Amino acid sequence: MAFKTSVQKYSGSINNLELGTGENTLSLGGQNALPFYNFDGETGSGTKIGLEILDVYPESWIPALKALYGSAIDSTVAWAKAVEEKYAPDFICLRFEGADPNGLNKPVNECAALAKEVAAAIKTPLVIAGTQNHEKDLKLFEKVAEVLEGKNVLLMSAVEDNYKTVAAAGVTAYKHKVAAESSVDINLAKQLNILINQLEIKNESIVMNVGSAPVGYGFEYVASTMDRIRLAGLGQNDKTLQMPIITPVSFDTWNVKEAASTEEDSPEWGNQEERGIAMEISTAASVIAAGSDAVVVRHPRSAETIRAFINAMK
Amino acid sequence: MAMSGLDIYKLTPKTNCKECGFPTCMAFAMKVAAGGAEISKCGHMSDEAMAKLSESTAPLMKAITFGTGDNEYKLGGETVLFRHEETFVNRNRFAVCLTDAMTQEQVDTRIANMKKVDYVRIGEQMKAEIVALQYTGNKEAYLSLINKVKASELKVAYMLICDDASVLKDALPLVQDELPIVFGATNSNYEAMVALVKDKKLPLGLKAANLDELYALAENVQKLDYKELILDTGIASAREAFTNAVQIRRISLKEQDRTFGYPSVVFVNELAKGDKYMEVALASLFTMKYGSIIVLDDIDYARALPLFGLRQNIYTDPQKPMRVEPKIYPINNPGDNSPVLITVDFALTYFVVSGEVERSKVPVWFGIPDAGGYSVLTAWAAGKFSGSVISKFIKESGIEEKTKCRKLIIPGKVAVLKGDIQENLPEWEIVIGPDEAMHLPKFLRTLEGIN
Repeated sequence: MAFKTSVQKYSGSINNLELGTGENTLSLGGQNALPFYNFDGETGSGTKIGLEILDVYPESWIPALKALYGSAIDSTVAWAKAVEEKYAPDFICLRFEGADPNGLNKPVNECAALAKEVAAAIKTPLVIAGTQNHEKDLKLFEKVAEVLEGKNVLLMSAVEDNYKTVAAAGVTAYKHKVAAESSVDINLAKQLNILINQLEIKNESIVMNVGSAPVGYGFEYVASTMDRIRLAGLGQNDKTLQMPIITPVSFDTWNVKEAASTEEDSPEWGNQEERGIAMEISTAASVIAAGSDAVVVRHPRSAETIRAFINAMK
Repeated sequence: MAMSGLDIYKLTPKTNCKECGFPTCMAFAMKVAAGGAEISKCGHMSDEAMAKLSESTAPLMKAITFGTGDNEYKLGGETVLFRHEETFVNRNRFAVCLTDAMTQEQVDTRIANMKKVDYVRIGEQMKAEIVALQYTGNKEAYLSLINKVKASELKVAYMLICDDASVLKDALPLVQDELPIVFGATNSNYEAMVALVKDKKLPLGLKAANLDELYALAENVQKLDYKELILDTGIASAREAFTNAVQIRRISLKEQDRTFGYPSVVFVNELAKGDKYMEVALASLFTMKYGSIIVLDDIDYARALPLFGLRQNIYTDPQKPMRVEPKIYPINNPGDNSPVLITVDFALTYFVVSGEVERSKVPVWFGIPDAGGYSVLTAWAAGKFSGSVISKFIKESGIEEKTKCRKLIIPGKVAVLKGDIQENLPEWEIVIGPDEAMHLPKFLRTLEGIN
């Protein structure tokens, strides 16, 4: 028998979606094959990498990360500019940790003013992340969407509890994009997409955040959920599951023991910064292999490695 | 190619004798084709027919065994492309590469690192299971490298990477009782290589410039009646290695072509070119997608913690949740005045909750009863995490002797159990914890009066 390449053609494709404005616009999606399967078809514009910054001083971050940005880290605007100049990520993820009612509970107006200042200071497309308190996020995203009108940002995330306001304000009123967040289950992801769709919001304005987990922590659910979502979108041409996927890798990986345990606590494990970076890189590479079109990481070294990894796979 | 039920039926005696337990030969043949019955159940088939059938009803991807004793491992034998279809069976194994060109210090460091990275995670031992010994041209140094590793008492399986059969003739006897993998059969040496490994049935690694040539090589080796094989995905680029890993898996399982029905080896150490973090990224990719042996440059905890954790996740039964052993776990060095916190034995819950408790720095006795391996709400709904389960666990775990504190913290999501537990444990104060693990640090610190 002669050797023959095994090719799998799919009838569906992932929607192409743009974030940001002008020459700094970035596109997500557009593929009709699984990640890196370029022997099957088009693999799209490639996974985009974002760096995470906060609206407050990152108290809980490891010292090595805090030291990296010097005094710029004291001001969110200066921090955003430093990230843009030094590391040129595809997007910046501004996370409003300070708005959390269980923390500083900063007022919505103050957050919106900061978002506006950050957006004015940089050219890089923005992803706005909230507090994971659904009620607060609803008000936060509504106001931030208003002040960022025309910037074409991604609001992450709309969940079942607050999607009506977040998606309607964000997309219908101010023409941004919205990430539908569900927790690691293909049916929940599909259902939320349909609900948002019923607000007369086009599928082309929706990104999915289908949930994440660090490797070693139930990551099998993440991997299989993404596999199934991609196979449904590509293979069965399921229009309700053809949105690009974004995964906020850094939100979880830095909290698990492998990354959070200091050298004092676990001397046999060695350098904490290295462990944190390795956890972040392993998780990011794995969600990209499973189907993520965008990942958020925290350490510039992770961003650099993941970029080189994506380039090596082109 | 796999045979259809009709093909198999033609080879049966067609007597409908029912001795196989099926009403007709046709019914039996259909079942065999679907993989639901063994052909050996039919006692009336000719030897010739039997040989033909055992060949074609054999698994599409062969399972390969190597190593001995505690260091015996199985690779391949996979049946699906995606883990949600069915469990990935034989987990990939990590190898660390040593060469005859390395200095003694380099070799010593790597051996020491392999010994150091050895730990247990959710009941499973985590370590680099293979030492890959690569020949680069200095035969004396190569032989002494092998002897050195043997003398180091490293508990591993061996893989000899060498395409010079004359060198292997002297090298192989040093470790052949350990049943090593021999890697390095090419288009020009495969006959000599097969002759070397055939007696002991050692797995033989095949390498070629591209998939086309690898396919021809696999055919040639099979013609020599040798089928203990491992296929190299190549070191030209990460891009090519990935394509090859996917194609090997697909051609065997989807196209049902047994020429490529073998496990694979990926030299991530070569592809990452000395960049440790790139090695982590690529090793993660190939853990997800079809690497059977993943060769690393070195091992340390920064590499090991994510990679072994990822592997443990990917190679689990999609139908069954991962569980931790039910018992009392001390966190932050609890003493005889520390509270008791209870949650379920679902591994994910255990990790998330224990991580947050550690973060709080509050000493706690962390109690895990047998809750069927489900999450808190599922276990509660299934009656596996009830007032009586928790009370019984407290009484039988011996925790009442370990601490004088009588505060028992239960997950906020099962606050309804409070009354029930209180009734069974009148001496205890039942405290309702937060709904979400992320709020535990604040909760515990407030409870203990720490700011």
